[in-house]
Amino acid sequence: MANVGIVIVSHSAKVAEGAADMVRQMVGDQVPLAFAGGSVDGGLGTDVAAIMAAIEAAWSDAGVAILVDLGGAETNSEMAVELLGEERRDHVVVCNAPIVEGAVIAAAESSGGSPLAIVKQVAEELSPQ
Amino acid sequence: MPTAPPADLIARLIDAVAATVTAHADELTALDQAIGDGDHGLNMRRGFDAVLAERNVIAAKPLPDALKAIGLTLVMKVGGASGPLYGTLFMAMGKELGASVTTADVAHALGSAIDAVKARGKSETGQKTMLDVLVPLHAALVASPHADMAAVAAAAAEATIPMKAIRGRASFLGDRSIGHMDPGARSASLIVAAVVSALEG
Repeated sequence: MANVGIVIVSHSAKVAEGAADMVRQMVGDQVPLAFAGGSVDGGLGTDVAAIMAAIEAAWSDAGVAILVDLGGAETNSEMAVELLGEERRDHVVVCNAPIVEGAVIAAAESSGGSPLAIVKQVAEELSPQ
Repeated sequence: MPTAPPADLIARLIDAVAATVTAHADELTALDQAIGDGDHGLNMRRGFDAVLAERNVIAAKPLPDALKAIGLTLVMKVGGASGPLYGTLFMAMGKELGASVTTADVAHALGSAIDAVKARGKSETGQKTMLDVLVPLHAALVASPHADMAAVAAAAAEATIPMKAIRGRASFLGDRSIGHMDPGARSASLIVAAVVSALEG
């Protein structure tokens, strides 16, 4: 069974990369992982094309869970998911969870072989309800 | 019998909107610095510069496809939350419009596009967003198609000043967002004014 892929989307390239580093160190390499950070022009922001590329890079038959930071990261991630096309978009979710802790917890859950719905649920338990 | 708009009209619309966004980029950024993250003018200019760069290719398409192409370009280039919001607006209008473009057709397409923007932004009217311009504009198009739409949009943007932001970055400010015009409402009203003047010109 494939492991759920994890995608980290931050306004900051450094935050995205740093969160991914933490996932690699704490969870290891068996979970497909990619990140997108920064705007089209390299400043702070998010970039739909880069998010789509990250989803592609972390693609897994088990699906992909996306962790985001603030507003535009969520909206742009949802837009990227929609643009993936009918076949793939149902296998990608955006998690309502803190980006760093959520990415680590989601990746840990994925590494244990949990399905996408459980990976999302466990990450979202970190958010105040 | 309504006819499809000719390519030169689409090109003229693109030129007018891009010119307005560029001319007001600093103003939009200043509005966004007051209650957001200060990138709205820059983001919108980058998006419409990209549309302008594709102007001739886009203008050669039938209107629905031209609108979809404009929307997708904005999605890919604007960044921020306004990219997917404006992108969705244009793409959804392109999806709804057929070859014929009467005022009633545009009103219908705008209504559907507003629903798509609401879903994308998880927002409603009264939350100090571009919807507070688009929804009154749609109502005016339905109720009195001969009204001055630029004036309707400008008044609606003004009306966001006393509102408290519920969605977007400005919502972090809570009551401190009151007293500032919403940058997204302002950019929406500018685009409406540019479209109206291009159609009249």
